[in-house]
Amino acid sequence: MADLSVNIAGIDSPNPFWLASAPPTNTGDQIARAFDAGWGGAVWKTLGEPIENTYSRYSSVDINGQRMMGLNNIELITDRTLEDNLIEIAEVKRRYPDNAVIVSLMVESNPEAWDTIIKQVEQAGADGIELNFGCPHGMSERGMGAAVGQVPEYTCDITTWAVSSATVPVFVKLTPNITDIRAASRAALKGGADAVSLINTINSITGVDLDTMVPRPVVGDKSSHGGYCGPAVKPIALHMVSQIAADPETDGLPISGIGGIATWQDAAEYILLGATTVQVCTAVMHYGYRIVEGMIEGLSNYLDSKGMASVNELRGLSVGKVTDWAHLDINYVIKANIDQDKCIGCGLCYISCQDGAHQAIGAERSGDRTRVWIIEDACVGCNLCSLVCPVQGCITMQERDYGQTHMTWVEYTGDEPPGELYPRPKHGLTIGG
Amino acid sequence: MTTVVATSGLSPQPTMTSDEALVEAHRCLMCWDAPCTRACPTSIDVPGFIKRIATNDLVGSARTILESNLLGGSCARVCPTEVLCAGACVLNDLHERPIDIGRLQAYATDDVVFGGFELFTPAPSTGFSIGVIGGGPAGLSCAGELAKLGHSAVVYEASEHAGGLNTYGVANYKMDLPTSLAEVDFIEGLGVEIRTGVAVGSDLGIDELMEQHDALFVGVGLGSVPLIGLEGEDLAGSEDALEFIADVRRSGCDMTGQTVAVIGGGNTSIDAATQAAMSGADHVYLIYRRGRNDMRAYPHDIERALTNGVEFMHWAVPVRIEGDDRVKAIVCQRTLPNDDGWPELVDGTEFRIPVDRVLRATGQEKRTSWFSMLPGVETDKGGRVVVNDSYRTANGRIWAGGDCVNGGKEVVNAVAHGKAAAFDIDETLRTAAAGK
Ligand SMILES: Cc1cc2nc3c(=O)[nH]c(=O)nc-3n(C[C@H](O)[C@H](O)[C@H](O)COP(=O)(O)OP(=O)(O)OC[C@H]3O[C@@H](n4cnc5c(N)ncnc54)[C@H](O)[C@@H]3O)c2cc1C
Ligand SMILES: Cc1cc2nc3c(=O)[nH]c(=O)nc-3n(C[C@H](O)[C@H](O)[C@H](O)COP(=O)(O)O)c2cc1C
Ligand code: SF4
Repeated sequence: MADLSVNIAGIDSPNPFWLASAPPTNTGDQIARAFDAGWGGAVWKTLGEPIENTYSRYSSVDINGQRMMGLNNIELITDRTLEDNLIEIAEVKRRYPDNAVIVSLMVESNPEAWDTIIKQVEQAGADGIELNFGCPHGMSERGMGAAVGQVPEYTCDITTWAVSSATVPVFVKLTPNITDIRAASRAALKGGADAVSLINTINSITGVDLDTMVPRPVVGDKSSHGGYCGPAVKPIALHMVSQIAADPETDGLPISGIGGIATWQDAAEYILLGATTVQVCTAVMHYGYRIVEGMIEGLSNYLDSKGMASVNELRGLSVGKVTDWAHLDINYVIKANIDQDKCIGCGLCYISCQDGAHQAIGAERSGDRTRVWIIEDACVGCNLCSLVCPVQGCITMQERDYGQTHMTWVEYTGDEPPGELYPRPKHGLTIGG
Repeated sequence: MTTVVATSGLSPQPTMTSDEALVEAHRCLMCWDAPCTRACPTSIDVPGFIKRIATNDLVGSARTILESNLLGGSCARVCPTEVLCAGACVLNDLHERPIDIGRLQAYATDDVVFGGFELFTPAPSTGFSIGVIGGGPAGLSCAGELAKLGHSAVVYEASEHAGGLNTYGVANYKMDLPTSLAEVDFIEGLGVEIRTGVAVGSDLGIDELMEQHDALFVGVGLGSVPLIGLEGEDLAGSEDALEFIADVRRSGCDMTGQTVAVIGGGNTSIDAATQAAMSGADHVYLIYRRGRNDMRAYPHDIERALTNGVEFMHWAVPVRIEGDDRVKAIVCQRTLPNDDGWPELVDGTEFRIPVDRVLRATGQEKRTSWFSMLPGVETDKGGRVVVNDSYRTANGRIWAGGDCVNGGKEVVNAVAHGKAAAFDIDETLRTAAAGK
């Protein structure tokens, strides 16, 4: 079994699986149960200014009967007293010395407020602190959370205050509600951050109650925009993680990846794109702490299958495999292929290519079945048919070697292209003229 | 409004809950040129109605179904979906359970069929009047479509209730009586007039109808199961399997303690045997002169009969029924296939089974002599009414459809005939009027 232990910004963790600062880390009792289940670390639900929550707090997006593909919340930071939380932090650390306990913080934008609370949680035994510059609702209206995270100068200033007060490592949690995430990570590093955590939730309205016409979550006769998370946001978060990991200006800045992680595969993808630890919220809110068992075992088996002794060997292996479009090989040719033995005749590839791609699939009725075939000369190899096909391995994309030369857009448009552009099917005038 | 009468306690499958329906609807792949639609004799847009269930548009879902098939509610329950839509579902090829199209269809249509809301508004009156003889699925489908198109449609039904075999013939475990009667009410609600207790030919003359109406549609189905000609067939306890099912449907039936023999290898015999077993019979024999693979009954129905404990006696024919005033036993003889595969009696193989009841399900009679009353209407050698592609008979003012045309198939085929005939009647009458 591969070694899953990691060290992020000086903090040891038995595995990379952490709970994100959220309802699953609201109390000491919960975190104790999570550590018993196998979680390596937990980021305590954000402590800070006193707040009160609304009752109705969450809404979600279901897709084809799959619940909570995206989750939206309008919940604020902890509603419990600082005293209780501090006692519980100390107790959890006493019982679980080997697990990582990070405490998330959010207070008013003045150095004294930050200094006071940082001293308090350090005294309680926190292994690290995480500055919540991400909460996109409620707190931001009071000048905190995303109101800080969206302005790189504020991020830098407050990080500086926190770092000067803290003796433990400081994580900065970034908001994705910003045009270029690197502006935020650079500002955090400039302020002295030891690591960044991302992403926090994305501004969202998940839907509208079609009877009352009040958007969800319904709070009486109104709603408010919330923060979006869950499986739906993973691609957005992965992109941001990869951007920071590849940014020379933040080279070596440790990353704790967050967003839509529910399985070991999700975690492996984040680690491949540069994360050291991963944090989970929605999946635990959906299924409970027990999911970590499968995540630990799956990741370990995967590392074994790749011949890796430690999860550290996996980190960042995919970072270099993301490049600008202009450096992709435009002479890499693939064509769709249908395995007729596997085809069940649903016709979805036909109609998707016909209406949504390049009219490169033929179809005919054959008895009580539909028969489909690829029109190879018309296929641009876009992948769509293989994506809609409900049968595993039925439509595969196959590489074609016609002797064409590897050539990027930059090379193609440069002074001395290395070869010819291999022709690709294109429509001329289709109607009118 | 018809009144609902008592039914037996053997309920059909319960309707889906909205949770079940959503899960099932989401399994649908939304095939293009969907095989299920192609397999449906009334061409219901199956992925279309299922998608509407998935998006919580039950009105749209019901409309999608009922626009293709006004009897979508009963078809949802009685159709042999295993050999129609669900049998064609591509998920079968994935070795997955096909979509439960029948139950989804019931889920989608129940609100409309049970009078929850009105879906269709009739077109402006055309002034044409059509007489429909027989209130079975063929007649109801035809009359309903005609009413939707703005014609006046009058159904003449010999029995106490309309619905045909949906009301009196299909097994109770598929559809109960109140459902069939609710569907009749739904058709009436489209503007159709239904006159029950009127047997055309005896209570009311054909000439009279021809005078009163611009066109006639005939959907009289088939007759009863005739006597086989066995000794002792007149004993009490020996009866037409259709009568037995009708009795179960009318008043329920407790067969505890009884031993029953059903004769025949078609769908009626399977239904009667399964119904008897489900009604508590101690033992049910199904006696058929040929082998399992020669049976006309559907494999899934045979499976259900076996599951309910029906004992199949293949390669045997009844030779007489014994008893004093009531049936006591049935005496059979073995058969063997000859060179052509046909069964031939084997001498000296007689055996006797003590039974309390004998149900004959050896095929319904054609109404050939009744049809000879209709001027110009022809029947073929098999007693089926001869029609063209649009279900018009040789008499240009008379159309026909359903069992009397195809010799006995399914409800959905009868519905398809009635619908196609209605469209042709509509076009014929309008064209003629425009030409005047
Ligand atoms: C036992 C049994 C079980 C069946 N089970 C199924 C099943 O599970 N699923 C399925 O799809 N199909 C089933 N069928 C077949 C199906 O019932 C028929 O195909 C369908 O009912 C045919 O419809 P129809 O309108 O042509 O005739 P019918 O349903 O027979 O209706 C004819 C109507 O005409 C009336 N009538 C007859 N003569 C006159 C007259 N002179 N004047 C006025 N009215 C008259 C009759 O009273 C009757 O109401 C079953 C059939 C039988 C016999
Ligand atoms: C294959 C593809 C190509 C797209 N190309 C464009 C484009 O050329 N211009 C544009 O404004 N948006 C483009 N989009 C974005 C879509 O217009 C749309 O904003 C986005 O997909 C979100 O909508 P959706 O969730 O319905 O897909 C493209 C989307 C896809 C999937
Ligand atoms: S890869 Fe794209 S263009 Fe080629 S057949 Fe599939 S959908 Fe059509």
